[in-house]
Amino acid sequence: MPDKKQDLIDQKLQDLNNDGVDRRGFLKCMAWAGTGLVWTMSGGIPVSRAFAKGYGKKADKGADFSFVQISDSHIGFNKPANPDVTATLQTAINKINAMPHTPDFIIHTGDLSQLSKPSEFDTLDQVLKGASAKQIYFVPGEHDMLSDNGEQFLQRYGKGTKGSGWSSFDHKGVHFVGLVNVANLKAGGMGSLGHEQLEWLEDDLKGRSASTPIVLYAHIPLWTIYPDWGWGTDDSEQALSYVKRFGSVTVLNGHIHQIMQKIEGKVSFHTAMSTAFPQPAPGTAPSAGPMKVPAEQLQQVLGITDVNYVVSGSSLAIVDSPLGG
Amino acid sequence: MKSITKGINKMTKQSIWVASLATPAMIAVLLLLLGSPSVRANDHSAANATVKIDNFVFGPQTLTVPVGTTVTWTNSDDIPHTSVSTDGVFKSKVLDTDEKFSYTFTKAGTYPYYCTIHPKMTGKVVVQ
Repeated sequence: MPDKKQDLIDQKLQDLNNDGVDRRGFLKCMAWAGTGLVWTMSGGIPVSRAFAKGYGKKADKGADFSFVQISDSHIGFNKPANPDVTATLQTAINKINAMPHTPDFIIHTGDLSQLSKPSEFDTLDQVLKGASAKQIYFVPGEHDMLSDNGEQFLQRYGKGTKGSGWSSFDHKGVHFVGLVNVANLKAGGMGSLGHEQLEWLEDDLKGRSASTPIVLYAHIPLWTIYPDWGWGTDDSEQALSYVKRFGSVTVLNGHIHQIMQKIEGKVSFHTAMSTAFPQPAPGTAPSAGPMKVPAEQLQQVLGITDVNYVVSGSSLAIVDSPLGG
Repeated sequence: MKSITKGINKMTKQSIWVASLATPAMIAVLLLLLGSPSVRANDHSAANATVKIDNFVFGPQTLTVPVGTTVTWTNSDDIPHTSVSTDGVFKSKVLDTDEKFSYTFTKAGTYPYYCTIHPKMTGKVVVQ
């Protein structure tokens, strides 16, 4: 059954552009109970890596946990690519609520709204109120910083955060860090963390045991995926140098509205699908804007990410689920 | 003008009558056309110029205009954009699809700008 589900996900990834082009050229993650393998494609040669040994067997009750990442809800968007983004967000929440295990919390990796309008944030809050997980952590996307430099975002979702909304917390032995790379963007640049945040990050990680699993989450990818479309963060290298010494690092991002993954040593990078609309694969369209797909396929290219942490393993098992799956 | 007069002399009585009415009208129209301002689309002497935003691009990326021109940015993309000067000279609000922003350039110079939401989008207005 795990393979069948993965096949379904693979199929969706392959059919994404409806042009017969197989997406095996991109990195795929195949984390699932039983198989527990992470595949990477490097110059066309597949390399597998066993991951989270013992996943599936809940050894210590309470030590293992799961959380869900959602991203890019863009409440307020109403163009042909998806005329009702509130409905698809609701579908995502219903999917979370239907999971056999209630996630400990939800992380929203930004672009909550389309235009930073109060009504858009209000609508988002209404939908999220019905989620089974009551604790939700947010980082802003560039669409949440409009008109007021993110003031409203901070007021609504920035409790306990610093600067433009960064923060960290610990949960059952895992250290989570929410970063903001959409503030004070410079002309011609990509995402940016900024000096103040980088200093805070270095200090935040100081003295922590290298065996502490680390999860970094931010809106724009913290690795360079496609500079022409701004899909990267100019100063992320410095941030990543601070986590280099840790045994397990997972980076969760959004912004690109499609799944992309990369493994570099002990750092696993993963971007999530949007709950609103898909975007084209790098360089396959004139721009990164909303991509229209046949209506009946929309639910397959939007999704949520379920992340499971098993205390006996050294990594997090990441499973992406399309809304229509 | 000479050829018109010659042509008129060769016509019949009826034609002469019609032609004699038409000639002054034709001359009047000619004078009007010669005296009117140019209506060519890409005329750089116009007081207005436009930048079209589409597919994450400012078009044209470099716009050259004379001092006193009002430049209007129109967002034809399905995603919001902004037009913000890198030197603090002008700053649009967020432009959703079909929204516009105008700025009148009263001083000569080069004005680089970008979209604060998608900073890879850059443009330049050169005012001469």
